[in-house]
Amino acid sequence: MDNSGPLHQIITRRRLMGAAAVGALALSRPGWAQTMIDLPLPGGPGAREITTAFPQKGPMILQRTRPPLLETPFEVFDKGVFTPNDQFYVRWHWALIPTDIDINKFALTVRGHVNQTLTLSLNDILHGLPSVQLAALNQCSGNSRGFFQPRVSGGEWANGAMGNALWSGVRLKDVLDKAGVKAGAVQVRFKGLDEPVVADAPHFMKSLDIDHARDGEVMIAYAMNGEQLPLVNGFPLRLVVPGWYATYWVKMLNDIEVLDQPDTNYWTKVAYTIPDTPHASIKPGETDVKMIPINRMVPRSFVTNLASGQQVKSAAPATLRGIAFGGDCGVARVDYSTDGGKSWQQAQLGKDEGKYGFRQWQTQLTLPSPGKYSLLTRCTNSNGVAQPDTPNWNPAGFMRNVVESVDVLAV
Amino acid sequence: MFRKFLRAAILLIAASMPLAARAATPLQLKSVKIDLPDSDKMFPGGPGSDAINNNCLACHSAGMVLNQPALSKQAWAAEVNKMINNYKAPVAPEDVATIVDYLTSLKGAK
Repeated sequence: MDNSGPLHQIITRRRLMGAAAVGALALSRPGWAQTMIDLPLPGGPGAREITTAFPQKGPMILQRTRPPLLETPFEVFDKGVFTPNDQFYVRWHWALIPTDIDINKFALTVRGHVNQTLTLSLNDILHGLPSVQLAALNQCSGNSRGFFQPRVSGGEWANGAMGNALWSGVRLKDVLDKAGVKAGAVQVRFKGLDEPVVADAPHFMKSLDIDHARDGEVMIAYAMNGEQLPLVNGFPLRLVVPGWYATYWVKMLNDIEVLDQPDTNYWTKVAYTIPDTPHASIKPGETDVKMIPINRMVPRSFVTNLASGQQVKSAAPATLRGIAFGGDCGVARVDYSTDGGKSWQQAQLGKDEGKYGFRQWQTQLTLPSPGKYSLLTRCTNSNGVAQPDTPNWNPAGFMRNVVESVDVLAV
Repeated sequence: MFRKFLRAAILLIAASMPLAARAATPLQLKSVKIDLPDSDKMFPGGPGSDAINNNCLACHSAGMVLNQPALSKQAWAAEVNKMINNYKAPVAPEDVATIVDYLTSLKGAK
């Protein structure tokens, strides 16, 4: 591949797309972004198209067409703890995403500091190794970035860059054991089939420490919610790193490299780093902060059956319902407040589908008299960590987990 | 190595398994062949719009940029330099200042 070739072809392709867009649009218009949504991002812009133009996907909030950034409409989270595959959010870094995957030709390579290099077919993986299932939340490091104040650049998500699925697959440990990890291995690096448009740009890769990779929980998933993954969610194989941010959940995983030196690749060492401070928070403009790779998730909770601006009947029982997650462990409790955080009551938790997934919560409440109410929810996880009541801030817009509020009007 | 450009429309070949079937039988994967939609959206016309259209749209569609909040000129310059230095965007050196000015004028912090 020469250096000018791919870029030239992409540009040509873009011009072709432009020229042919009239025809393509005419064909696809019924499915193409007819509705808009206004995300309540401070300072805006909040207007986004709802698109149904992505194959295997239902209505999604269009953050970017290419490479795709698709947000889950928030009302989806009210329907249950498992996010449907066709509305599971989508996030890619590079635009060259294979769109034609033949299951008979796909192979996963395991190489590097191992006794024997493996080339595994999908058949080897589905039928040659013990299968495991795990419910786990996949959340973008920058979920809710659009709510950061002062605002920061990046994917301007509201709260829908997350989803919970029942993942089926094999243990990464079993795959590594099959290859035989040599003594002295320190990290394992994961790479997918997507490629940068510019040839010398850094291929997307992420690494985990060897002990984490072999903890028996990290999985290679071939199914989510009982079906194969939608292509844009990483078909045919995706790394599942329970309790850790989605940047580690490499999509279209086809290359596993055991390293005997710490990974220094751009995506592990430079990108996706957070201040090594409580809540990864610093003051805007603060410099000389030690940065570390983003890692474990933190607890969050949301109201899902009411949205800000909605009216609720006063002096009458109403249901308040939502979802919570503990982050890197389970949910211990969810509390809610109707008086701006002065007093808190405990909500009832729904069925536990697994400590790494969403947990539904619910309560009955009565807003005593007409007026404005700010409904707050706070998750405390099973490690005793609760959501903070002030928002964190960092320049990348990572790890928001402040107590959220829904402002309703009792009438 | 490039996939065929612009196949007729957005079509999905892979069929999803019916719900009843998936509970009863082990999962069987099926090959997938799709077309991802592209965007023909260009940056709004104005001084520098040619420079940003020509330099930036190869790697990402315009919508991502248009969805950004208002940022200072310094922040926009940092953004453009990140694209060049970290993501190897082949932006012509003489276009850098033009692109930063365009973004600041379109989405500058007031």
